Amino acid sequence: MRKTSQDMARLRTGELVVEKVLMSFAAVSILTTVAIVLILFGETFAFFREVSLFEFLTGTQWTPTLQPRSFGILPLLIGTMMIAIGSSLVSLPLGLGSAIYLSEYAHKKVRRIVKPVLEILAGIPSIVYGFFALTFITPILQTIIPDTQVFNAASASIAVGIMTLPMVASLSEDAMMAVPDSIRQGAYALGSTRFEVAAKVTIPAAMSSIGAAFVLAISRAIGETMIVAIAAGQSPVLTLNPLKSIQTMTGFMVNISLGDIQQGTLEFKTLFAVGTMLFLLTLLMNLVARAIIKKNREVY
Amino acid sequence: MNMKLYRARHRKNIFFHGLLLACILFSIVVLGLLLYQILSTGLAWLDWDFITSMPSRFPEKAGIYSALVGSIWTIGLTAAFSLPLGVGTAVYLEEYTNPKSRINQIVQVNIANLAGVPAIVYGMLGLAVFVRLFQFERSILAGALTLTLLILPVITVASQEAIKSVPKSLREGSYSLGTTKLQTITGVVLPYAMPGILTGAILAISRAMGEAAPLIMVGAAGYIAFLPTGPMDSFTVLPVQIFNWTSRPQIEFQNIASAGIIVLMVLLLSMNAVAILLRNKYQNRME
Repeated sequence: MRKTSQDMARLRTGELVVEKVLMSFAAVSILTTVAIVLILFGETFAFFREVSLFEFLTGTQWTPTLQPRSFGILPLLIGTMMIAIGSSLVSLPLGLGSAIYLSEYAHKKVRRIVKPVLEILAGIPSIVYGFFALTFITPILQTIIPDTQVFNAASASIAVGIMTLPMVASLSEDAMMAVPDSIRQGAYALGSTRFEVAAKVTIPAAMSSIGAAFVLAISRAIGETMIVAIAAGQSPVLTLNPLKSIQTMTGFMVNISLGDIQQGTLEFKTLFAVGTMLFLLTLLMNLVARAIIKKNREVY
Repeated sequence: MNMKLYRARHRKNIFFHGLLLACILFSIVVLGLLLYQILSTGLAWLDWDFITSMPSRFPEKAGIYSALVGSIWTIGLTAAFSLPLGVGTAVYLEEYTNPKSRINQIVQVNIANLAGVPAIVYGMLGLAVFVRLFQFERSILAGALTLTLLILPVITVASQEAIKSVPKSLREGSYSLGTTKLQTITGVVLPYAMPGILTGAILAISRAMGEAAPLIMVGAAGYIAFLPTGPMDSFTVLPVQIFNWTSRPQIEFQNIASAGIIVLMVLLLSMNAVAILLRNKYQNRME
């Protein structure tokens, strides 16, 4: 059947319509970013009309729903930092160790068992890790150190560390696998042991991507919510003791949303002010991670 | 060669090997302990009644029915929204724009940034836009739209990878038969990329299924004693129900929380298994 020019014109219109529709789909992602920024900053701006920025950043009392109200975010920030640092102590060394093992030492068969284990660990919802922290890790901590409170930063940190470990392992492994084998073979030819090859050749060559993986893992830990909401407690107190109950920024956000908060109230604005802080912190870390990768991209 | 130094170097190597092995074993042991802890506390509470009962103040009567149905509704809608949006965005970026063009770069960087935004921030977005501004209230629709935005970057990136893997020769073969761009995309590119797209999409959707934080923000309640009948109903989902039970002090509620976790994990693992099967099939075809 021959196509008339009319058919062709209709076909072309259809193509153009589809292209425009797909373009509008792509625009959704831009709109999402714009909406996040507008909403967070809008409510936060309203928040700072009622609370001074100075009090927010330097105050050491966080009692936004109790009289007398006090809006010092430091207890939440310190709580969040404790979880970030505590979880890094678990996820960074163990994740990097796993990655080195997988890329430099492991037999193919071992890889075939270990990779799915890491994938399953990565796919377990954070609510499950929260349950595990509260019902398994905390009792163990309490047997070792009897002073440990039921809700504590240490237990939550360990669980967050376990949750972010697969991410550190898989990103670092990708980075080390990208190091060309010829460089490794060169080192082996000089009589190096596996340890020497890993420590003096592969890791230095993959260092920037490993560093980026570390930053991303810490950023994930800062944004992690359900584990800390379940296991870390709801006490915004300024403490550095990991065995005590604390509250993180995300923990506060969950806690306040469980009640029915009305738009326009100071509670609602407080929620968004804390959310903005969280958003800026994680965004900053993600940008740093990408800058590290971009700056040190090795071309072999 | 200095034998002493040689032995020291090898001892170091063996020590390090053991240390790395311990790192790997840690993950395996933790996974074992986690599964043991959940099965040993929850299995005794898991029966057909638990799956078909509504939540209750009395742990022995409480069940997960409304949360299960709520999860199916929410995830079904999330899949229906996020698949066309994510795949559409990927097709647009890969097939309609030059990778060096400005619009491509902007969308790409934007997606990378969105992927790093914590889930709870999407919850705030959902609360402000879908619950309040669009007046969807605390409904399944508001929850599903929130989760859609959350997993959109993941689906888009996975679809882009799948589309990139389509050999250029196939596209050109199609064009040489006189097809239009759209015909090539729907007839050649998408069918070829589909297993890869579906694998990524299933993993992303199973992630959405385990999310609690954003849905708590948009108001999924911890106690819903009826079944949702439409997208505008209020709802709860499995992770939020589990959270509700976990945060109660009584040991019985902790136990039904872990029974709930078993249900959730069985669902997630079966979804992951499907994704892995798809991936294996796909890899075989590539070889």
